[in-house]
Amino acid sequence: MKKKLIGLMLAVTTAVSMTACTGGTDTPATGEENGTEENAGSSEAASDVKIGVILVGDENEGYSYAHIDGVRKAAAAVGIPEENIIWKYSVPEDESCHDAAIDLVDQGCKAVFSNSYGHQSFMQQAASEEPEVQFVAMTGDTAALSGLDNFSNAFTNVYEARYVSGIVAGMKIKELVEGDALSAENFDADGNVKMGYVGAYPYAEVVSGYTAFYLGAKSVYSDVSMEVIYTNSWFDIAAEGEAANSLMSDGCVIIGQHADSTGAPSTIQAALDSGKQVYSVGYNVDMHSVAPTAALTSATNNWAVYYTEAFEDVVNGKDIPTDWSQGYSEGAVAITDLGTSCAEGTQEAVDEAIASIKAGTLHVFDTSTFTVDGKEVTSALIDMNGDFQNDDEEAVFDGYFHESEFRAAPSFYLRIDGITELTAE
Amino acid sequence: MEANLNHVHDPWVRIAKRDELSFLTKLGIRIAILAVGVIVCAVIIYIITGLNPFVVYLTVVKGAFGTVRRVWATVREMMMLACIAIGLAPAFKMKFWNIGAEGQLLIGGIVSAGCMIYLPFLPGPVLLLLMFVLSAAAGALWGLVPAVFKAKWNTNETLFTLMMNYIAIQLTAFFVSKWENPKGSNTVGIINPNTRAGWFPEIAGQQFMLNVIIVLVLALLMNIYLKYTKHGYEIAVVGESWNTARYAGINVGKILVRTMLLSGAVCGIAGFLAVSGASHTISTSTAGGRGFTAIIVAWLAKFDSLTMLFISLMLAFFDSGANEIASKCGLNDYASDMIIGIILFFILAGDFFVNYRLVFRKKASSVIKDGNSGVSGKEAA
Repeated sequence: MKKKLIGLMLAVTTAVSMTACTGGTDTPATGEENGTEENAGSSEAASDVKIGVILVGDENEGYSYAHIDGVRKAAAAVGIPEENIIWKYSVPEDESCHDAAIDLVDQGCKAVFSNSYGHQSFMQQAASEEPEVQFVAMTGDTAALSGLDNFSNAFTNVYEARYVSGIVAGMKIKELVEGDALSAENFDADGNVKMGYVGAYPYAEVVSGYTAFYLGAKSVYSDVSMEVIYTNSWFDIAAEGEAANSLMSDGCVIIGQHADSTGAPSTIQAALDSGKQVYSVGYNVDMHSVAPTAALTSATNNWAVYYTEAFEDVVNGKDIPTDWSQGYSEGAVAITDLGTSCAEGTQEAVDEAIASIKAGTLHVFDTSTFTVDGKEVTSALIDMNGDFQNDDEEAVFDGYFHESEFRAAPSFYLRIDGITELTAE
Repeated sequence: MEANLNHVHDPWVRIAKRDELSFLTKLGIRIAILAVGVIVCAVIIYIITGLNPFVVYLTVVKGAFGTVRRVWATVREMMMLACIAIGLAPAFKMKFWNIGAEGQLLIGGIVSAGCMIYLPFLPGPVLLLLMFVLSAAAGALWGLVPAVFKAKWNTNETLFTLMMNYIAIQLTAFFVSKWENPKGSNTVGIINPNTRAGWFPEIAGQQFMLNVIIVLVLALLMNIYLKYTKHGYEIAVVGESWNTARYAGINVGKILVRTMLLSGAVCGIAGFLAVSGASHTISTSTAGGRGFTAIIVAWLAKFDSLTMLFISLMLAFFDSGANEIASKCGLNDYASDMIIGIILFFILAGDFFVNYRLVFRKKASSVIKDGNSGVSGKEAA
């Protein structure tokens, strides 16, 4: 009986404490909001600004590490002290992201950044509830549509770096063909040299990336074709290794990737060591530690460029741009140091391409360099109103597809000739 | 017998069942052992990380209760756990090992998300009521299948309910790819962000108040159901022995099916809470292992649905607090998992010492007394 009583009392106490919470809700929250309101629109000392960062992983995971590194460098550059950066590590893509964002607001952050696509929806919800704080969903695509002034997206023009890494691949293919190092299995029925690509998910971000990579290679050596395998995961060492294996057994000579692990490069290194002609082009980080002779280079992002700009806006009391996307011209993308297996003259070709991209004379998605169903593309509408129908904005004019100009996230969705998706779902 | 006992080499320590203790003594033992756990944890924290354990503990408390919104996040998490545990209680009391709460929750979640996507035009209360009923029905169906198999062919319910989880996860993956937004991104995103159709309404200005109300009502009803109704008695009898139940004229198969319908339904409602009352989306991680954590809750609470609220609060407290350790002290989430593990271990130890005591070997001079304690030990057993 006693036990029951206590149980009931517990329930009652819980209920009462709930009610107590209800009453007290407004006091501290309002205090915070008032504080922010006073500061809105005016600049303040960088040392007083607090920034919240929500990460899908922690420093043990390459993609999040790149963001941590970028945030630290940017904070140092703008003069925001380390202790004013509040980190939320390993935040899953569910309501915990919303909880984390709101909690960062309660801790006095003026801006909150999240680094994974799946965080976006929860960041947007938080933004609609906290109009005085700026929210940025990195790699996201709905900010412009949300109608919220305090919600932004940002991404780098990593397709430019992928194009340049494709040039590195093309140079290698050219060297192999001219040195007669390839065998019959490395050529498809039309005599094209086979390339491979390990992609994460079949949507625009990945399509844009592999197409740029392919076009880069094609710009050096025109007779190439490419096969793409999806792993349906951003980080899966085993699946990426498996995908690389099946591409290699299909005769692919160079294998690029848009997935975050070292699964593919290490598998490729093992194959190269056993006498196969195959090389790897990675993503995010220098792959030479796992593939010392197989890794040619990696396409990579320099997030510090964006974070520096955004932090400056926050310190100056300005709005962070709704959509931000920059590439080589701002130094936001790069390729990592060339590997020892790269063909002679690669560095020169790379430098030339980068210079042309910066100068605006080279466009990655130049419609004269590819065809769809055998025809040159003269029109491609992209989705801008969020209904996922590509029917709103004309992206092809002046002879090229204007990638990431209408919104930060990639929108190139055309499946061009020469590339085959093996596991499109 | 007595002579025999004296010949056997007496162990240094042995375990004897305790007589029933008063509630306060039990509570005292539990609190004392929990305190030992907290101290052991502090020592381990210090040895491994060199951080001041008091600072770490303070961070845990602040992380769970530091701001009003943190309190509510902790309470929401507590209510989720408690809801699942309440669902498990009748099944476990019947000694039907329902490991399938994870799946029953997901199925309820899929149905709730489906309603939000396809029926957003319904008036709010109608939609919520429909979601409530349908997700309970879906969870009940998921609980019914293993129960029917158990009743008809005496299949192993532990494996069966576990397998049902995997089916539910695959079904969820299927619906995520059907509803994904945008195509290929593998996320559904928040459903109805602008209209908030199918979201729990704010009550007294609190977004998670309805979660609290639903779970408290369920806890109370389940408590009454299990302790004061004929059904509850039948469940207890079936749990003790099928043969006794049959002898008393209870149709065991019927009780199995009926109880699992109830158990599944409450877990399905937990899915409704997770989707409509918390995340407003669905993914394969919507259950997030809570279906398994709730088993610990149900066990520690001895299937008493009101005690479950307390245990859930404690786990939710450590969980929310632990995230803050990762943020503030630079330890990653594995460190916090470790702390929770150690604390749980000591809670279980507390349970052990409430029911048993250690009898240490007496000095050779007190043979007679020793013999007595041996007898009383046997009697108790």
